[in-house]
Order: sequence, then structure tokens, then C-alpha cells
Amino acid sequence: MIELAHLQILSAGLFAIGTYGVLARRSAVLILMSIELMLNAVNINLIGYAAFVDFDEATRSFGQVLVIFVITIAAAELALAIAIILRLYRNRSTVNVDEIDLMKW
Amino acid sequence: MMVEPSLVLFYVASAITLGGALGVVLTRNIVYASFALLAAMMGVAGVFLLVFAEFLALVQILIYGGAVVIVLLFALMLTRLEDFQNLTDHRQWPIAAVISIGLFALLVTAIVTTSVRTTEPQSIDFETLGETLFTQWAIPFEVASLVLLVALIGSIVLVRTDGNRD
Repeated sequence: MIELAHLQILSAGLFAIGTYGVLARRSAVLILMSIELMLNAVNINLIGYAAFVDFDEATRSFGQVLVIFVITIAAAELALAIAIILRLYRNRSTVNVDEIDLMKW
Repeated sequence: MMVEPSLVLFYVASAITLGGALGVVLTRNIVYASFALLAAMMGVAGVFLLVFAEFLALVQILIYGGAVVIVLLFALMLTRLEDFQNLTDHRQWPIAAVISIGLFALLVTAIVTTSVRTTEPQSIDFETLGETLFTQWAIPFEVASLVLLVALIGSIVLVRTDGNRD
């Protein structure tokens, strides 16, 4: 029997792995992939609550609707981030985030 | 004691998800990282199926399998791949590992100590989902489509080369 706690722990694990990726990787594309992992961890959590928590009929589908919006925004964010990375590569010929320090304080 | 098939399938899907995620953050080769991301996303779609979110499992496969990974591979193709091969991890990676393990421990503690009143997993049929999306959430839905349009135009403007200069 799958329980809510299983999904929550899976989500926590995925989020922690994504955090590690964002902090430890140097390539902007890999950081973007790690952000996608973190967004998916959030989606698993939302789906878990929508399926398992004792909501009434009217509010039960809100969790899934929210997941649709998260996926939409993630797609828009990815398209823009890829465009910015391509622009950076063209101007500075690097995607290493350590070398992109123009606005560093 | 007989283990339930759904639980076994859940563990398999979780193993694929977490294995793929570890592949994304640990592998040296960035092309392998994008395929590991694909595996992780398919694992997440499996988890969605097991808790009766069929529509979102389909959306997950279409968007992540069909669009996100392809876009990432295009980005790798348009930037030079050789630059990625020897791109090592940041030297602060032990700190990152400590932070992420600490975050995981914190989240698990919060999950274990919080009790939520749960029921059997319940399915939400396509009709209910569509009706909610197009009645109660109609305005956010239209705003989301506007966001996608702006992102589309914005990314075209960003990557367009100026014909006169180069």
C-alpha cells in the first residue's frame, strides 16, 4: 500500500539531489537540469497531497491543476534560460558560471 | 507476508527517479546527464500513474520526454560540446553535499513528525480536471498561455543574430 509518506520522502530526496546539483555544478546547462529536478520534486508532493489527503470533491482536483501550472512555468523558464545561455555563449564563449562575474559585487 | 504489487512498482519507479537524478548531478558527460534526466522524468511519470494521476503522467512524458530533453540537447549542440567534457564540479562540492544531506534530513524529520489525515489514493477523472481548469482556474490558465507566448517571443529576440553586424 503506497502511503503519502512514501511520496513525500521521494520528493525530499529528489529535492535534496537537485539542491546538490545547483550548488556543486559549474555548467549553466547542468544547473538548469538540477532546477528541473527540484520542480519535479514539488510536483510529486502536490500530486501526493491531491491523491491522499481527505479533501472534499470540489477541492480535490486543485493539486493537479497546480501541477499543470508548474509544468507550464517550468517550460517557459527553460526556454528563456536556454536562450540566455546561448547568448552568453556567443558573447563570452563560456557556460561556466564561475566565469560569468560581470555583475559580481 | 505478501508485498503489494503497487508498492513494488512504486519502489521501482522511485529507484529509477532517484538513480536518474543522481546521474544528472554526478556524471561527467553532459549528454549522459541529459539522458539521465530523461530517465528521472519517466520515473516521475510512473509515480504519477501509481497514484492515479493519469493525465499528468501523460503530460509529464510529453513535456519532459518530448520537449525539455530535446531543447537541452539542442542547447548542447549549439554550444560546443568539447567545452563541457572537462568541466569539473565546483571546488565547494563538499559544502554542497553537506547542505543537501542536511536539507534531506530536515525534510524527512518534518515529514515523519507531521501527521496528515489521509485516505485511500483517489483518482481524479479527466472530466473533473478539465472542468476545474476551464471554470474556476480559467483566468490563471489564460495568463499561463500569455506567459508561454511572452517566453516564446523573448527567447527568439534573445538568440536572434543581428543581420547587419555579423
